[in-house]
Amino acid sequence: MGEWTFIALLFIISLILPAVPIIAGRLLGPRKPNPLKNSTYECGVETVGDTWVQFKVQYYIFALVFLIFDIEVVFLYPWAVAYHQLPLFGVVAGIVFIVTLAEALIYAWRKGALEWV
Amino acid sequence: MNSLFSLIPLVVFFPLLGMLINIFFGRMLMADENSKAPGVIASLMAGLSFVIAVLMFVALLGEPEGVEVPFMTWFSISAGSRTLSIPWTFKVDTLSSVMMLVVTGVGTLIHIYAIGYMHGDIDEQASKRGLSSDEAFDLKRRRFPRFFAYFNLFLASMLILVTGSNYLVMFVGWELVGLCSYLLIGFWFDDPIVGIYNSMAGRKAFVVNRIGDFGMVMALMLIFWTFGTLQFDDVFARAECMRTASQFECLAVDAAQMVETSPNFSLMFGFGLLQPISFGAITLSFQTVMIAITLLLLLGATGKSAQIPLFVWLPDAMAGPMPVSALIHAATMVTAGIYMITRSNVLYAMAPFSADTVAIIGAATALVAATIAVAQFDIKRVLAYSTISQLGFMIAAVGLGGYVAGIFHLATHAFFKALLFLSAGSVIHGIEHGHHATAHKGHGDHAFDPQDMRNMGGLRKHMPTTIVVYIVGALALAGIPPLAGFWSKDEILLDASKHDPLIYILLTIAAFFTAFYMGRQVWMVFFGQPRTEAAAHAHESPPVMTTPLIILAVLASIGGLMNLPFGRLHFLAEWLRESVAYAHVPAAGEGFSITVAVISTVLALAAIALSYIIYGTKPLQEGQADPLRVAGPLFTFLNRKWYWDEAYEAVFIRPFKCLANWLAFTIDWRFWHDFVHDSVIIQFFDGWAAILSRPVDMGIVDGAVNGIGRLVAGASSRLRRTQTGYVRNYALAVALGVVAIVAYLLIRFFAN
Amino acid sequence: MQLPILESINLMAVLPVLIIAGWACVLLVFDLLIPRSRKHWTAWLALVGLLGAAVALFFQIGHFARLGSEAAFDGMVTVDGFSIFLQVVFVLTAIVGVLLALDYLPRHGIERGEYYVLLLFTTIGMMIMSMAADLIVVFVALELLSIPLYILSGFAGMRETSEEAALKYFLLGAFASSFLVYGIALTYGGTGTTRLTGIAQAVTSDALNLPLTTVGMGLLLVGLGFKVAAVPFHMWTPDVYQGAPTPVTAFMSVGAKAGGFAALIRVLVTAFPAIASEWGTLIAVIAGLTMLLGNIVAISQSNIKRMLAYSSIAHAGYILLAVAAAQRSENASFAIGAVVFYLLAYALTNLGAFTVAIAVERDDGTGTEIDDFAGLGKTRPWMALAMALFMLSLTGMPISGGLVGKVFVFQAALQAVPGDPLLLAVVIIGVLTSVVSAFYYLKVIMVMYMREGEGKAVLPLALKTVLAATAFGTLVLGIIPGPVFQMAQRAMLK
Repeated sequence: MGEWTFIALLFIISLILPAVPIIAGRLLGPRKPNPLKNSTYECGVETVGDTWVQFKVQYYIFALVFLIFDIEVVFLYPWAVAYHQLPLFGVVAGIVFIVTLAEALIYAWRKGALEWV
Repeated sequence: MNSLFSLIPLVVFFPLLGMLINIFFGRMLMADENSKAPGVIASLMAGLSFVIAVLMFVALLGEPEGVEVPFMTWFSISAGSRTLSIPWTFKVDTLSSVMMLVVTGVGTLIHIYAIGYMHGDIDEQASKRGLSSDEAFDLKRRRFPRFFAYFNLFLASMLILVTGSNYLVMFVGWELVGLCSYLLIGFWFDDPIVGIYNSMAGRKAFVVNRIGDFGMVMALMLIFWTFGTLQFDDVFARAECMRTASQFECLAVDAAQMVETSPNFSLMFGFGLLQPISFGAITLSFQTVMIAITLLLLLGATGKSAQIPLFVWLPDAMAGPMPVSALIHAATMVTAGIYMITRSNVLYAMAPFSADTVAIIGAATALVAATIAVAQFDIKRVLAYSTISQLGFMIAAVGLGGYVAGIFHLATHAFFKALLFLSAGSVIHGIEHGHHATAHKGHGDHAFDPQDMRNMGGLRKHMPTTIVVYIVGALALAGIPPLAGFWSKDEILLDASKHDPLIYILLTIAAFFTAFYMGRQVWMVFFGQPRTEAAAHAHESPPVMTTPLIILAVLASIGGLMNLPFGRLHFLAEWLRESVAYAHVPAAGEGFSITVAVISTVLALAAIALSYIIYGTKPLQEGQADPLRVAGPLFTFLNRKWYWDEAYEAVFIRPFKCLANWLAFTIDWRFWHDFVHDSVIIQFFDGWAAILSRPVDMGIVDGAVNGIGRLVAGASSRLRRTQTGYVRNYALAVALGVVAIVAYLLIRFFAN
Repeated sequence: MQLPILESINLMAVLPVLIIAGWACVLLVFDLLIPRSRKHWTAWLALVGLLGAAVALFFQIGHFARLGSEAAFDGMVTVDGFSIFLQVVFVLTAIVGVLLALDYLPRHGIERGEYYVLLLFTTIGMMIMSMAADLIVVFVALELLSIPLYILSGFAGMRETSEEAALKYFLLGAFASSFLVYGIALTYGGTGTTRLTGIAQAVTSDALNLPLTTVGMGLLLVGLGFKVAAVPFHMWTPDVYQGAPTPVTAFMSVGAKAGGFAALIRVLVTAFPAIASEWGTLIAVIAGLTMLLGNIVAISQSNIKRMLAYSSIAHAGYILLAVAAAQRSENASFAIGAVVFYLLAYALTNLGAFTVAIAVERDDGTGTEIDDFAGLGKTRPWMALAMALFMLSLTGMPISGGLVGKVFVFQAALQAVPGDPLLLAVVIIGVLTSVVSAFYYLKVIMVMYMREGEGKAVLPLALKTVLAATAFGTLVLGIIPGPVFQMAQRAMLK
């Protein structure tokens, strides 16, 4: 037992939490389907044609470029928290990291990854 | 250790660099017909090498005991705990420094001289072949850099030879100089008239030297077997130890030190050192082994230094261009034998019998070659036999233990013999020009031999510089005081007079002949009237050729200063004492004997006077026979070189050829081919084939053979079929591999 | 408060890596400013960076010959003779990789600056691989090595084969990486550390978690075995080697393999000496299989790149044999020396052979059949001579580095036979398969000299330089192996 119990409990709770609204919605909500309700919702735009289509490659590229910022935030957060205790080298390392990511962004930008064709 | 010593590898690498430049960029450097760039680069590299040699000399002044500079491990073979390692280490001591200075110093001068000479030589070739100017330029573009590449390679090789710290590295140099010698003797292997003779001369030099090398290789093996190492210092230390103490003691005392210095000790422990030396089936005493080693080394020396019985290649080697004769076949390479014996002085000190043999061979060679030189007509051949004779002097000196005298004579001889060869080159160059001048007017013919002294005469008017330096060289060679040759020859004669009267007498007679043939040559070449049109139109050589001559003439005049036999002026002796353990340096007052000096000087003057009476008072006329012909058969005997080549032909070559013929025709062809093969085997096979072919006809044998072939090919193509190209199959293979590995590890783990 | 992790960074020890890494980043941006028609500037700039690293390495050689090893980044990496030696190999390989591409890329219309940048990045991966002292670093280095190579394999994107090669390599590479990570996880679970020296201590002290650790070691073996193309993780090799642009293949066949072996040796010898007999046997068996399969299948190849791919598998087998010999700690130094020497000899020879293949290849990507070599003996005598030398070296004939390498490998294995008799059988397989290999290597020589053909080849100066240098190196290793082998033996990790 010990701390493992809490992990197990956490696991169970994390399962229950999303399950409850879904099941409650199913149980409590009235069900009156019509075609409009059943249609795919896509950013307020009415969908045309099959959903099983090729996406524009730009979607993926945008997602990848977004990852740059995503990862940057993940790593910079602890860095920022510990900032006061860092020696100079730690600061420099953080800057190197930011510069590296910035470089990646510049590269992607210059290569036209941010242009919607 | 003085940090200057660490520069020593450069002494080898400058010439090597020069060679590489000339090999790869030589054609590019030859921008036009008169471009001297390849020669200049080669000379520059030789000069830089000389600078390094001088620096070594300077460094040695502070540390005369010398150093070994490690460079790299050439190879290192280890089997278990035993290791044979041959390092390429540079040995810088007083002996190698003298050799380096001579080799690079004289070498540089001859390089410079060769720039002018080879231009003329190649032009001469081009006209001989009747080439157009474009073709001539092409020939020059190929040959001029090639010559200097070879020349630089030779310099590097010779320096490897003299700086190596063990017998094997020395042997590498030994072979490399032999290779260069071969390449340069046959430099004009494609000469339209004498090309075949040039290449035959090269081949002869190479083959004869192989006999000497056989001795060297055998000696090296014996040394390694006996001492367990090839490093000079270790070999000598161990030899010394095995002589003075009982072997058992020696082992005990030396053991600790040896383990430290050399990993070969464990290897020796099995089969060396202990008591008599064992060679598996037979056992010899240490004394016998030492005699064998030193005699085999001597065989090597007789090959490289052209001594009896292997001297026959050197006269033929004069087929090479003149700078080659001067540098390789007079000043440096041929002295390798003297250097090697001096280096091995410790071994010779232990084998008095071998040392005596060395002295006898040297003295005999000195005399025989001097007599032959008297009756030659080719200007280069006279000098060639003179070289052999002088090498004999040096060999005799080192055989008597007079290592200082030997090396001293080596150095002075390098000066004056290089000088004589180069001046002779200048003469030939002049005569060839003269021949050209007349040939254009329709006088010349192709059989004209520009080296025959009978075609010369009266050159003193046309070649004012050459005659002066030539006479300086000739007097130095004849041993007239105070020129360099007098001092070194006198030291050899003095050593001989003290140790062995027979050798002294032989050498003194040889010295008499030396003065005589040089006198004969000078009178024939330079005095009297021109005997041909070519001689009449000869002219002086360009300054690039005469400048080195003048420098060499100065050296030949004052070279004796390096070792005057008076008290503290005996520099070389003191210098060499540091590295030659058995160099006996005479005490004050014993280094000079007025009697010996007077006798040799008087004899030399007498010989010159005699030559003046015979050749000087009545100069040879055109077409006149040599006055010495009055000696009849004796003269022919000398002119034909004591029939030495003919004797070899009769004793070795003809029986060998007979044997070869017999083996080829009788044994191989008639017996094996006609009888055994054609009759016995074929009939036998035909018979059996008839029987055996039945299953073959039925396809059994074919089937079996093809089956095996198909098996391998089948395995190959079946395995190839696993390469389906589908990623899923590949991934499956990986997964199966993982399963197999994990299963193996777990089974193995739980089985324990 | 100072954070403890930042105390022992020791940047100087990893200077060559830093030089290339920094330069690669700069070059990536700089390349954006270089016009399309001038992309060879990027190549020259990449060379400058590599030469800078070479200079730094040169100074480190002396330094580490004196001091032995030095840790950096708090012990995450170890710089010692072993890693320096291999880094030299990697940098040389990368230089060759750039030179080979100089003419190849424009000739095939696929010239882009990224090639050179990616080459630099993957070189960094290899270099870090050789100095990794922690399983995490091994993994990071492996990915840094692999990902640029996936992209480079597909560099000739308009060719389907190239695309296919990239995708296959990527999928299988990711698959193998996952095993590596799993192995790291199991090892960590078993020993509580990812530091190699820590694992070694834990394995000897704590017997309870040994099964976990052992299986972890086995999975690490899989991940690295994939990189060095050992059977049965070799399947990607022929397809990828054939499909990838030839300079990439040349670079990959040498660099990635050496990187894999570097990590393999470091992990096995440093972290798992206690279970040496387990991995020793395993690797000996894999070595035997690899030699057999590589050599036998190579016989029936008609494409030079594919043939060299199988040859590369076969050579991985020979090197693995020496790795297996390192299980006995008494002769580990000799065995590691043999591995490193073999890697160098193989690098020189294989780069040379691929150089010739590049010279013969035509602009449209054809001309990679062995039959295309016909007639080269007449039209390109020097090149044919060099190719003959490389083939002889790969076979293991005298005066070539290949022979010396094989001799060292077999000697190392024979010395280890008392500890593991199985090795004797594998050595016999090795000798026999060497004989078999003569068959397909000599075929190339035969085709070049005996068969009539056009013998067309394009040999610009860069290729000539590479060819001369590799041939010279192969000869030098064959004639005076002493100094290099001594260095290689001294490179042994401590």
